[in-house]
Amino acid sequence: MNNPAQGLGAIFYKEVRHMRRDPMAILFALVIPVLLMIILGTAIDTNIRQVRTVVYDASGSAMMSAVSGSSMSRAFLDRLRNSDTFRIYKYVSSDAELNRELIAGRASVGIKVPVDFDRDLLKGNQAQVLVLVDGSDSNVAGQAVNVSSSLGLDESLRRMMPAGGRQAIEVRPKMMFNPASRSPNFLLPGLMSVLLILVTVLLTAFSIVREKERGTIEQLFVTPVRPLGLMLGKIMPYFVTGTVEFTVIILFMRFVFKIPIHGSVLVLAVLTAGYLFVNLAIGMLISSKANSQAEALQMCMVVMLLSIFLSGFMFPRETMPTWAYLASHLVPATYMIQIARGVILRGAGLAQLWINGVVLFAMGAGLLLLAAKRFKNMTV
Amino acid sequence: MLAIQTQKLTRRFGNFVAVNQASIAVEKGEVFGFLGPNGSGKTTVIKMLTGILPITEGEAWIEGIDVAKNVDAVRERIGYMSQKFSLYDDLTVMENLQFYARAYQLKGKKLAQKIEETIAANKLEKYVDRLAGRLSGGWKQRLALGCALMHEPTVLFLDEPTAGIDPVARRQLWDLLFQLSGQGITFFVTTHYMDEAERCSHLAYIYYGELIADGTPDALRSLPEVNPPGTHRFEISAPAITTALRKAKEMTLFKNATIFGRSIHALVDESVGQEELGRELRKRGIAVEEIRPLIPTLEDAFVELSQRRQAQMEVAS
Repeated sequence: MNNPAQGLGAIFYKEVRHMRRDPMAILFALVIPVLLMIILGTAIDTNIRQVRTVVYDASGSAMMSAVSGSSMSRAFLDRLRNSDTFRIYKYVSSDAELNRELIAGRASVGIKVPVDFDRDLLKGNQAQVLVLVDGSDSNVAGQAVNVSSSLGLDESLRRMMPAGGRQAIEVRPKMMFNPASRSPNFLLPGLMSVLLILVTVLLTAFSIVREKERGTIEQLFVTPVRPLGLMLGKIMPYFVTGTVEFTVIILFMRFVFKIPIHGSVLVLAVLTAGYLFVNLAIGMLISSKANSQAEALQMCMVVMLLSIFLSGFMFPRETMPTWAYLASHLVPATYMIQIARGVILRGAGLAQLWINGVVLFAMGAGLLLLAAKRFKNMTV
Repeated sequence: MLAIQTQKLTRRFGNFVAVNQASIAVEKGEVFGFLGPNGSGKTTVIKMLTGILPITEGEAWIEGIDVAKNVDAVRERIGYMSQKFSLYDDLTVMENLQFYARAYQLKGKKLAQKIEETIAANKLEKYVDRLAGRLSGGWKQRLALGCALMHEPTVLFLDEPTAGIDPVARRQLWDLLFQLSGQGITFFVTTHYMDEAERCSHLAYIYYGELIADGTPDALRSLPEVNPPGTHRFEISAPAITTALRKAKEMTLFKNATIFGRSIHALVDESVGQEELGRELRKRGIAVEEIRPLIPTLEDAFVELSQRRQAQMEVAS
């Protein structure tokens, strides 16, 4: 009779029936993640291409029309255009116009070739090109600066070298794991980690808070159902839901977005189980604190936002300020994203990722114990 | 052995004293009515007795078992039906029964048999597959009672079981309670209905955390506080009852008077007899139709007790 999880079966029986009566929850669990995946997987490309660029080419203006510029400046501009980073949508004929385009936000980059560009080049002096970059999007700005400087460097080298000469060092970068540098390959494993939070934390928290709102929780406390039985009985159905969602996401990634999974799906599944476990425990903890579904939703949003911003899903953890980097260790999604990217993109296995799994299971166990303690206090 | 006993039971929430040193003793098989205004601590007492809420001070026993020390043994013996009936609206009647049977650790044959019995006893056959949320109040309450009795408890706590229920269903519930109390089940019932209080075999009245009356309905009606020495009660029928009341209140021989339907319930100085009262009233132009001696109702008793207590509290503060 001394079963600490007493009542688990009864709660599980009931919870499964609640879920069947509430198809919205299933919709929530399966359709919304798929929608988000489609949006993030197809609509968002973090590679910076075709930046809107305006050009003021003042070179050779003495003899020719300002629009066409000189032959030397045109050769340089063509190289810029061929880089795929810049898309020249307009030529202007004054500094004022150039500025106007940038201020209006129509152009992110403004390039000015000065009057004496050709002359300087021919004389062997240093010719200058002014690249004005809108710094309000730092990613775009960085990319524009890098590409334009390297083009300038390249052009300079070619002019300095004798015909048929070679660069002393050639750098040959090769993208491993994601050779085409496709954004979905990088985004979706991270997105998976964030999406799994929705069904697990939110639905678990709701399922208990709803009992508080209805007043049925007191009735439960009077039955021989023990706190641990109540919690596990509530967790298990949502663990199953989370697993189904995980499967759907993986199938979508593999067959719709054609993201190759380099590592073992089984390893990924086992480690994901740890992650689901932590999230379910967080849901439990929230439900022991919140008294209404609205309150629970707010707490879930905090977890969600922390997971999005601190886990490395959106912003690389390496460039975070120290406090944020330290805090990111407390966010379960951080470990999950490392696991997902590791297994899916790099083909990493347990040998490399076991520590992440250990951290997740340990977090889950700790939080669950904390929640159990809080439930126990609620019931004497 | 008493079915329910408390000794100076106290519950504080921070500085607020929700229940102050309440001592109750309920015999086996009694229908114990626990009355008091909203927010006076009735539900808090139930929550302490059922082990949902820790006891701050004092002690409580259910059938001799200390609630604070052995809550598991207590829970095997008690059933609880909260104000909202505690059913799952999105589950069917059968699923609710199944769930509570399982929660009470019934298994296999015993489970099926107990559910059959509960359905039959509460005549729920027609509604087995209906969602609990779609049942009318009376049927909800039967189902809730069935669920609370699933594990054959011997002490049942009912927190306002008839709130929002039609009179027929109320009557049926009380008939059922008496039938069950005849089988030895003890009931601890809170209610605001005076007719229900009249039916209880034992009453207690809690007023803002303090237990201020305890006894049978008759005992409460004949308390000296309710029947102050030197007074007696009459029921006076007269036309134009509000005018009559106003005139009567001007007369010094009335200690207290209120309207009940088409008559006045009056507390009158003992020196004034029934016939003299009639003469005095007619002198004042009140066309008295009938005067009858009156036993105070429970409502009279509770109003009297509450007013006295309120006055004491005001003096104290």
